[in-house]
Amino acid sequence: MFGLALTDIWFLLIALLWTGYFVLEGFDFGVGALLGVLGRDETDRRRVVNTIGPLWDGNEVWLIVAGGATFAAFPEWYASLFSGFYLALLIVLVALIGRGVAFEYRGKVDDDRWRRRWDAVIIGCSAVPALLWGVAFANIVAGVPLDADHEYTGTFVTLLTPYALLGGLTTLLVFLVHGAVFVSLKTDGDLRLRAHRLALRLGLVAVPVAGGFLVWTQLAHGKGWTLVSVALAAGALVGAVLLVGRGREGWAFTLTAVTIVATTVTLFGSLYPDVLPSSTDPAGTLTTTNAASTPYTLGIMTWVALAVTPIVLAYQAWSYWVFRRRLTRDDIPAATGLPPREPVVRQ
Amino acid sequence: MALDLARWQFGVITVYHFLFVPLTIGLSLLVAMMQTAWVRTGDERWLRMTKFWGKLFLINFAMGVVTGIVQEFQFGMNWSDYSRFVGDIFGAPLAIEGLLAFFLESTFLGLWIFGWGRLSPRVHLATIWLAAIGTVLSAYFILAANSWMQHPVGSVVNPVTGRAELTDFGAVLTNSTAVGAFTHTITAAFLSAGMFMLGISAWHLARKNETRVFRSSLRMALVTVLVAGVGVVVTGDLQAKLMTEQQPMKMAAAEALWTTSSPASFSLFTIGSLDGSQEVWSVRVPKVLSFMATGDPEGTVEGINDVQRDSEARFGPGDYTPNVPIAYWTFRVMVGFGALALLVALAGAWLQRGGRVPASRWFTYAALAGIGFPVVANSVGWIFTEMGRQPWVVYGTLRTADGVSPSVGPASVATSMIVFTLLYGVLAVVEVTLLVRYARKGPDPLPPPDEAAPSEDAPRPLAVAY
Repeated sequence: MFGLALTDIWFLLIALLWTGYFVLEGFDFGVGALLGVLGRDETDRRRVVNTIGPLWDGNEVWLIVAGGATFAAFPEWYASLFSGFYLALLIVLVALIGRGVAFEYRGKVDDDRWRRRWDAVIIGCSAVPALLWGVAFANIVAGVPLDADHEYTGTFVTLLTPYALLGGLTTLLVFLVHGAVFVSLKTDGDLRLRAHRLALRLGLVAVPVAGGFLVWTQLAHGKGWTLVSVALAAGALVGAVLLVGRGREGWAFTLTAVTIVATTVTLFGSLYPDVLPSSTDPAGTLTTTNAASTPYTLGIMTWVALAVTPIVLAYQAWSYWVFRRRLTRDDIPAATGLPPREPVVRQ
Repeated sequence: MALDLARWQFGVITVYHFLFVPLTIGLSLLVAMMQTAWVRTGDERWLRMTKFWGKLFLINFAMGVVTGIVQEFQFGMNWSDYSRFVGDIFGAPLAIEGLLAFFLESTFLGLWIFGWGRLSPRVHLATIWLAAIGTVLSAYFILAANSWMQHPVGSVVNPVTGRAELTDFGAVLTNSTAVGAFTHTITAAFLSAGMFMLGISAWHLARKNETRVFRSSLRMALVTVLVAGVGVVVTGDLQAKLMTEQQPMKMAAAEALWTTSSPASFSLFTIGSLDGSQEVWSVRVPKVLSFMATGDPEGTVEGINDVQRDSEARFGPGDYTPNVPIAYWTFRVMVGFGALALLVALAGAWLQRGGRVPASRWFTYAALAGIGFPVVANSVGWIFTEMGRQPWVVYGTLRTADGVSPSVGPASVATSMIVFTLLYGVLAVVEVTLLVRYARKGPDPLPPPDEAAPSEDAPRPLAVAY
């Protein structure tokens, strides 16, 4: 189809799904993790949470679809990856459960202790997956121990290499900057200014860390053309940091998004045509061809994806348009949660 | 060891997830109907119902969403050999479920929750309908995937790779098993949501709280339960006949029928020997099993020993019999609790005749307990469906023991088992507490109408926010 092998189309589509996931959930991870730093009082904390309130759940579906698409298009990849990265994914799952429930439940009881607990859950459960996705993708690119049956032979600790930890720090810091810029884009007044300053400070740390990771990736695993995406990722991050300080949040957010897109492109570009290289037995390496489903399945999936994806993009873009306005302090309504304790009077 | 733990984990995680799913499906559609009634009539009662039941729906929905992510991940995590074997077929409906259903559900639910006051009433109404359609679509695709495991169609096993391959996707989507499972699940979802509304409405009516709102809610609940109940019975009957034909062992195990019988009786209650292979005492209704399984009161129903012998001839030596006492009792508990739910609804329908308000104490207790009846029936129904298929994970094609992840040791599975059990336990307490407290609180008063449209720059907070 279109002069591309079906397996390549699906490699591209899965790269696209992960890119969408990181760009979108990237900022809501960042916003969640910075809740404690940015939200100085309850009104501001609610403003921070409400910038992503209507959006985070739709963002997370990009992950579900990326997982489902990997299962359908490259079952061997899905099987080796998910069983191999077992404990890392367990932690990610616990975090995603925690933050999802925390967003929904934090305002359900009008009590400071209740809210503080859920805030801690939001902060921790946003930061941890932001870090772990970088660790996971650095490992995917660098390769992991797989035997000839494509079974993972390492442990959780095997995944914690210096390169992978640098990858984790990169996604964490870039998502934090992305999230801080998003808050400055969606709020006004003092909170907006604090988000500027925070984005700037985090950016100064993120630039060298992400730069180091990108250069390492390029030198160890990159292709000729990934130099372009490496340069773009690094340049966009520097640009974002410069612009956010001047109040150009729209452009700054576009540039942090470009950084994430270009970084993901670098990772998938370096990986291709492998999908999970083996660091121990070359026969264990999974590629777009030996991990793939049959052409019949890939063909059906391609048509479904072509028909449905544009519609999804259109309505998700519309939902961003509906909630485009900045949130002021006056926008936050009175708390509607239940009183802290059960009423004493019973019928 | 890892196999047993992985099976336990699948059971715990899936049953837990399915505590929330039927309520999500049923309530999303019922809330959409309430809001439609409000937009059509402008009667504030419907608006208050939409907001009250909508809030309970959202508390429940959050749990369904977050526990659903685990469902998708655990195939690869605990069942990697299963995933390798079935990915060509099983992955497609899963991916399509995400693309077609989950995006719809999540995006439009976000728009619905936060769209009050920002979207026009009609557009806002459309968002809840689209979210509700998303929940129904997701049910279809996941049940098509599960039904392929019960009755693998449209596929062959490639002798070279040793994997199942898709040959006809249309056959997977139109699998008779999927049609049976989908209609049974959706009607059961409405029954669950109806009983949920019935219990809470009865409790408030007994206290004379918000009688106008809760009388309408009660009537809506009763109609839902009675219509859905008929649907559950009809589709359950359809499924029993499909099961007899497609998985005779499961039907035989459901009755603990060891030898082929024509006609076969149905036992309401049996005390058997410890291994379940000998009957000590039972209460039986003649010919009912034959009728349930074949539609003919004199029909022949195959017994476990005969299916076991046939299976050995087809698949080689081995034990092809599921855990019979579990199949036998889960089947009865499912049917029994479904019937109990219908009885409560029938009593409610009688008590509210001619505009009466059902206020008797026993009915209130029965209706409150009735919230749990479909929850029990749904859970044991799935335990029956999945355990009755054993030792197969894909019926007649792949054994459960051959599906488990070879690279994941018992320590890892035990770790995740403990983590999920603790986390789910804590969340269950939080969720039920919130549901109970919000349900007791009743509907909120409507905010005072905006008098004399405030000027553009006057502060006007959002109608809804976290």
